[in-house]
Amino acid sequence: MKKALALLFLPLSLALAQNVTITYWQYEFRSKVEAINELIRRFEAQNPGIKVVHQTFPYDAFQQKVAAAIPAGQGPDVVNLYYGWAPTWVKAGYLVPLPDDWIQRLDRDFVAMAQAAKVGGKLYGVPTAVRSLALFYNKDLFRQAGIANPPKTWEEFIAIGQKLTVKQGGRFAQIGYGIAPDGQDHHLVREVLVRQFGSKPYSDDGKRVLYQNEAGLKALSFYTDWVRKHEIGVPGFFPGNNGYRDGFIAGRIAMIVDGSFAIGTIQQGARFNFGVAELPLERAGGRKANFGSFWMHGLTPLATGPKREAALKFLAFITSEETQRYWLEKVGELPASKNLIRDPKLSLHPVYGPFVLSLAYAKATPFVDEAAQRKVMVDAINRVLLQGMDPAQSLRIAAEEEQRILDQFWR
Amino acid sequence: MRLTLAQREALWALVFLAVPLAFFLYFRILPAFQALWLSLYEWHADPSQRRFVGLEHYARLLEDPLLRRALWNTLLYTLLGVPGQIALGLIIALLLQRAPFGRDLFRAIYFAPYVTPAVAVAWVWSWMLSPHFGLVNELLALLGIPPQPFLQSPSQALPTVTWVVVWQNLGFQVVLFLAGLESIPRQYYEAARIDGAEGWRLFRHITWPLLNPVLVFSVVIGTIGYLQLFTQVVNLNFTDQGGPLNSTLTLALYIYQLAFLRFQLGYAAAVTVLLFALILLITLVQLRLLTRRVEL
Repeated sequence: MKKALALLFLPLSLALAQNVTITYWQYEFRSKVEAINELIRRFEAQNPGIKVVHQTFPYDAFQQKVAAAIPAGQGPDVVNLYYGWAPTWVKAGYLVPLPDDWIQRLDRDFVAMAQAAKVGGKLYGVPTAVRSLALFYNKDLFRQAGIANPPKTWEEFIAIGQKLTVKQGGRFAQIGYGIAPDGQDHHLVREVLVRQFGSKPYSDDGKRVLYQNEAGLKALSFYTDWVRKHEIGVPGFFPGNNGYRDGFIAGRIAMIVDGSFAIGTIQQGARFNFGVAELPLERAGGRKANFGSFWMHGLTPLATGPKREAALKFLAFITSEETQRYWLEKVGELPASKNLIRDPKLSLHPVYGPFVLSLAYAKATPFVDEAAQRKVMVDAINRVLLQGMDPAQSLRIAAEEEQRILDQFWR
Repeated sequence: MRLTLAQREALWALVFLAVPLAFFLYFRILPAFQALWLSLYEWHADPSQRRFVGLEHYARLLEDPLLRRALWNTLLYTLLGVPGQIALGLIIALLLQRAPFGRDLFRAIYFAPYVTPAVAVAWVWSWMLSPHFGLVNELLALLGIPPQPFLQSPSQALPTVTWVVVWQNLGFQVVLFLAGLESIPRQYYEAARIDGAEGWRLFRHITWPLLNPVLVFSVVIGTIGYLQLFTQVVNLNFTDQGGPLNSTLTLALYIYQLAFLRFQLGYAAAVTVLLFALILLITLVQLRLLTRRVEL
């Protein structure tokens, strides 16, 4: 009945006020939820005919809710998702491509890594903010050990790490580096070390695994040697979800590699002075590399007719430069616009600076099945660290497994 | 037509039974058939675009190394966990029954883990089992045993997870056995003692056979529980679920990952059908083998 009435009055309402309600979904993260609520208020004031309903879910349940709700026709019109999920979602029909003029906007205005929002040449979403990796270090521990500056090269990094590692019996009481293969370190090996050592992890079209070469082997051996040879850390030092970050906040880990998304948590938790530095290099003046990632806003197949128009308007609003500036202040995530990250106020900032500088050379892994591909690299590292497998053999297994995943997606 | 009172009561009983039956069919049985149907399709959010693939997913089951690993792990969990919790539960119940006082207090303490959320249990145990800060390793050190990696080690992780689950289920098991023990008439023991039986022979010829119904129930429910193991595994190693190196991966967790992290709901449904068949088969075999021995 309601539906029939709505259909009857549709032309009328279109002509009058265009009363449309769209739904926006993201996962639960306090500062983001507050920011979006405020942005919706502003958007609705500018667009009187459009109402935006904002719903959030715990991170662990988010994809599950999306998977179930959209086929039932009750999910979001605009949805927030990790860029690495996009190909999986596209293949299963959870995202629809954006109009062509959006591709031009992305190419022109956004940092290069945002290209990862494209799947098969079509654009499936736009980010508000982006992230990169940097080295967080405990300034107080550094000072106590007589170390003045954060490491510029991996050699310095290992030396500092060894100085700051305290072992009692067979157990560690403090470690120099928070080894976390399932944290950010799988990116560190794949995207940072492989490139620093002179190769690249994937072919340009993202369809072929390339890290099974000299640089790749050097990356995996070098990284696993931090545990096996230099003993500057041990995996699983602190238990739990993000144990490496918790251990750093607890003052038991001197250095970690983490994303800019961790700034807020570390700032709130750490009861010591911490510093942030760009990632160390193979040698002074060596090649720079970083892993960039982002959450993007995409359109689902539920956004049709007048809802699609309204959803696109909302999408443009929450990815505008103005919003990005607000997002940085409110959430602390780096703007995705090329213009904004050139701002010297940002690149000279003691905490944001190293992340912003890294954005210029950061690459995003072209995932087609993020969960499975992450596992490939985590397992490659763990086979060496936990089972003592030869890095060359472990890397070969990983490259084969990942190539199979890519082939299966692109066939 | 006139019905007798008994007939009328029976009729009403059926009417009332039909209501929950309808709910059960709709919410339990129907989705099971839908899963069967879904397993024949390539998943797409739009039903009109779901491609019929026939038995393709079942062919993939045969050559999926992760599935084989999950299947093997799940069987290992069951083979370690079910006898483990039944043996421990029985020993504790027998001791408790003999305790002169404090029985309720002990029972409450043993039962507490069972009603604690599995997530909290996993979190606390992951700290207790930590190689560097954990209480368990400190206790081992007192005995002169070097620190063990437990959850960090591909070979120790599965038995460790099993232990956490056994520990959590123990209270329920103890309560079941206590109830079973209470229901055995004292006269049997008195009669046997007059005939000169003691200790082990009392247990072997009276307690054990008369506990059989409880035992059958425990084995069947326990097995089903372990075959569906999920929550503890997920939370004991949250960022590398099923790890390290798939050593703790279970069928239920694999289904979850396929369906909700990788959006392969068709293939996930095929694995679900496999799990369903497995549980059905094992349960039928168990009921057959175990109930045969009840002689009352």
